[in-house]
Amino acid sequence: MTEPLIRFEIPSRADRLCLLRRVVRETIRLAGCDDALADDLVLAVNEACMNIMQHADTGTYQGPIEIEILARDGMLEFLLRDYARPVDVTSIRSRDLDDLRPGGLGVHIIGEIMDEVNFLPPPEGRGNLLRLRKHIVTGVQR
Amino acid sequence: MKYDVAMENGYAVVRLQGEVDLHRSPEARKAILGCLQQGHHTLVDLSGVQYIDSSGVASLVEGLQLARDQQLQFGLVAVSEATLNVLKLARLDTVFAIQPDASGFPGPA
Repeated sequence: MTEPLIRFEIPSRADRLCLLRRVVRETIRLAGCDDALADDLVLAVNEACMNIMQHADTGTYQGPIEIEILARDGMLEFLLRDYARPVDVTSIRSRDLDDLRPGGLGVHIIGEIMDEVNFLPPPEGRGNLLRLRKHIVTGVQR
Repeated sequence: MKYDVAMENGYAVVRLQGEVDLHRSPEARKAILGCLQQGHHTLVDLSGVQYIDSSGVASLVEGLQLARDQQLQFGLVAVSEATLNVLKLARLDTVFAIQPDASGFPGPA
């Protein structure tokens, strides 16, 4: 059974990330996440949105980022949609962490936290649709 | 995010407070690199950091690299639980010198 928890959008602007984090945190706490898991999931979603802001349309994307959070069969699912040019999925990879340099950590952090990270075919073939999934123990609080 | 800089025991101590994210990390980067560029051994006090993302961590990595290049000491002080969690996820918790407070670092030679 799938239960939609929230759907919202933010502009692709770094000064809106604090708002994103607060909405995501409150939503996943409603779904029964404890503070430690909420911290990790908020970080992962923040990193994914940062990647859009920094890299979509080679860093020039100014359109909306749509975020949808669903509870589905013991997992939380986060769908992030943008309307930038399609990303080359083969170019996205975690860097070698032994190579000490700033940047490039976001993909690694998302992969450490989430159970599944996939790009899906976007509706109407426009933009990009990223799906992040995390199995959780507790269900949606009523 | 707010920050201040104070001299303590021969180190420039950059105290970051609040949320160090993509929007605010350029200020943190500027403060940290500014101290190092002035030739100061530098510590970053993270006790007041409630949230840090990979852009904030990148500022710390850049500080460490510049310190190594300039043969200056660089370390992290009073790392908050939230920050330590992110450093562990990035597998950087053993890369930085970390102490509970500035007195844990020997004064610069």
